[in-house]
Amino acid sequence: MAALARLLGARRDGPGRPLHWTDIASYAYLAFGVVLMFGPVLWLVFSSFKTQSALLEFPPSLMPMAQVEVTVAGQPNPLPLFRATLPDGSVKELAQIRRVGLVAQMVDPAEPDKTYRVAIDKREPVRKVALATENYTEPLRQFAFLRFLSNSLFVTVVATAITLLINSMAAYGLAVYEFRGKTAATLAVIGTLMIPITIVLVPVYLVVTELGLVNSLWAVILPGAATPTGVFLLRQYMLTLPRDLIEAARMDKASEWQIYWRIVMPLTLPALAVLAIFSIMWRWNEFLWPLAVLTKTEVYTLQIGLAAFQGELQTQWHYLLAMTVVTLAPVALVFVFLQRFITTGIGSTGMK
Amino acid sequence: MADLKLTGARKAFGAVDVLHGIDLEVKDGEFVVFVGPSGCGKSTLLRVIAGLEMVSAGEVHIDGERVTHLPASDRGLAMVFQSYALYPHMTVARNMAFALENMRLPKAEIDARVKRAAEMLRLTDYLDRKPKALSGGQRQRVAIGRAIVRDPKIFLFDEPLSNLDAELRVATRKELAALHAELGGTMIYVTHDQVEAMTLADRIVVLRAGRIEQVGAPLDLYNRPANAFVAGFIGSPRMNLLPATVIADDGTLRLRLGAREIAVPQATRGLRAGSAVTLGIRPEHIALAPDGGGQLDLTVDLVEQLGSEALVYAGHAGLPQITLRLDGQSRLARGATIPVRFSPDHIHLFDTDGLALPRP
Repeated sequence: MAALARLLGARRDGPGRPLHWTDIASYAYLAFGVVLMFGPVLWLVFSSFKTQSALLEFPPSLMPMAQVEVTVAGQPNPLPLFRATLPDGSVKELAQIRRVGLVAQMVDPAEPDKTYRVAIDKREPVRKVALATENYTEPLRQFAFLRFLSNSLFVTVVATAITLLINSMAAYGLAVYEFRGKTAATLAVIGTLMIPITIVLVPVYLVVTELGLVNSLWAVILPGAATPTGVFLLRQYMLTLPRDLIEAARMDKASEWQIYWRIVMPLTLPALAVLAIFSIMWRWNEFLWPLAVLTKTEVYTLQIGLAAFQGELQTQWHYLLAMTVVTLAPVALVFVFLQRFITTGIGSTGMK
Repeated sequence: MADLKLTGARKAFGAVDVLHGIDLEVKDGEFVVFVGPSGCGKSTLLRVIAGLEMVSAGEVHIDGERVTHLPASDRGLAMVFQSYALYPHMTVARNMAFALENMRLPKAEIDARVKRAAEMLRLTDYLDRKPKALSGGQRQRVAIGRAIVRDPKIFLFDEPLSNLDAELRVATRKELAALHAELGGTMIYVTHDQVEAMTLADRIVVLRAGRIEQVGAPLDLYNRPANAFVAGFIGSPRMNLLPATVIADDGTLRLRLGAREIAVPQATRGLRAGSAVTLGIRPEHIALAPDGGGQLDLTVDLVEQLGSEALVYAGHAGLPQITLRLDGQSRLARGATIPVRFSPDHIHLFDTDGLALPRP
């Protein structure tokens, strides 16, 4: 506790000084931010462990709770446990055998022979934290979720690899070479940012159909592999690399491919990591385009699979939430491992 | 090892002419220094030789072979950049081996060459380090090592010492000279520092505004500058260039210098009376004349004591400030009037175009 106080009280001026009100305001602001950012995620994770009925109950609880059930001798099924107030004012934990109208017939688990009749407003369910893990296990068993997962993984990994490769090649060309129309080409690439996917959906769909790629994962991977954002991001980063390095490599008899692959690519790593994170998130969360070109269940990606839980008449919220968590986890992990690249600056380039 | 020949090399960037037809021959094993003020085109000339820029007109020959349109990677030259341009993601050993790997040499040969260069440059202990873990001087040596392992036809240096501190610069300069003596390769070196040029070069090429002003051995340039620009550029402190008017040139040349008339006891050049000339005299060739025989009276503005010598900056009405270099330590005070005499054998004369008037 003392250590915590010291940690919180530490200021740049030196240890042991009391917090200034601006520090308290900063912490409060930051704490508010944390709640704002992580509150919904936390709620999602907790809710994913709730049973279907617990999800619908009002008022909602943050933690996944479930009523305790006990097995009572002489009863075929486990019975729900209640805390009942008896007419004599004593409080007892009783299991409910059945409910008739406003009266519940209850039994004491300790004395299975003795039954009680309790008005339903005189009893309260006994609850404990219970994780409804079947939300996770059921869909994995019942639906082809592993299939969707592997499809999503394949799309994400392959598409990201292709994106990094071809975008960096385009960026290299636009950053390193001098040629007529270079600026126009760059502007054209950036200009495509202004065209929303809904506009090109139909023409691209026609192309994909012509190529016979419908219901193939390549139909998801290929059309989006070249991204203007990626080209622009990498080009801007490559422009900051010292030209001397490229010329030094030319003097060192490196071919253009070697300059690209062995000099520029390793030095562009921070920007590539950023693009990789973007690409992974785009591809993992992509919905509209896969929905258009993937119509068979066996080629569904996770996002399309998730949508299957949302029926026209009813939504299986407990499964939907659990599978949303499963879907979120990989992206979150990727971000945890790669985020340091985002914050890594240019680093030393060996130049003075 | 190879020789180099440039004929009428021109380079224009858009509408801007940077090189106006350079003719130059560099012999095998020669150490040539390009020197000139910023923007004179010396770096561009080096890049043209390297193949990093292509000439707009003219020819480049290396070893008798026409390489005018050959890209840098095929010319077989090595270059040390001003920024060193070490590959930051590679270790010192990999930096040096990179070119050899591109040349597809066998691994054993690469290792042997890197090891030899590292020993020569005292880098053996640093082979596994990345450039950012090296000091400036060590990075410099890696950059040189990267050139040495190649065994190139010509070494090109683009202001390699300008990022080092003064002390290290002097040390590295000596090492470079020793390296040239040891390797014996053809080296072309670009600098704006005339001291580097004087100390390193077999021959100096002085450039100004894309043209060669003079080519020659350092002392030739120092003793017989072809024009006022070279005279002013080579030598530190710079040569005093004083405007003068010819009074008469009959046997002895008599000049009006400020308010005074001085006689230059040199054979006649046949100058017309009244024509304007520039008189050039180096600071060490002006002597104090305390006991008569002074040609000019100067008023001391500033004295810089360097211990072994003193630099005196002094003025005379109608003339630019004159620098004197006096041996030992000077007791002159600001404002003192000193009579001075010019060493007659060391007077340079330049015409109105700045060209040196030939000594008879």
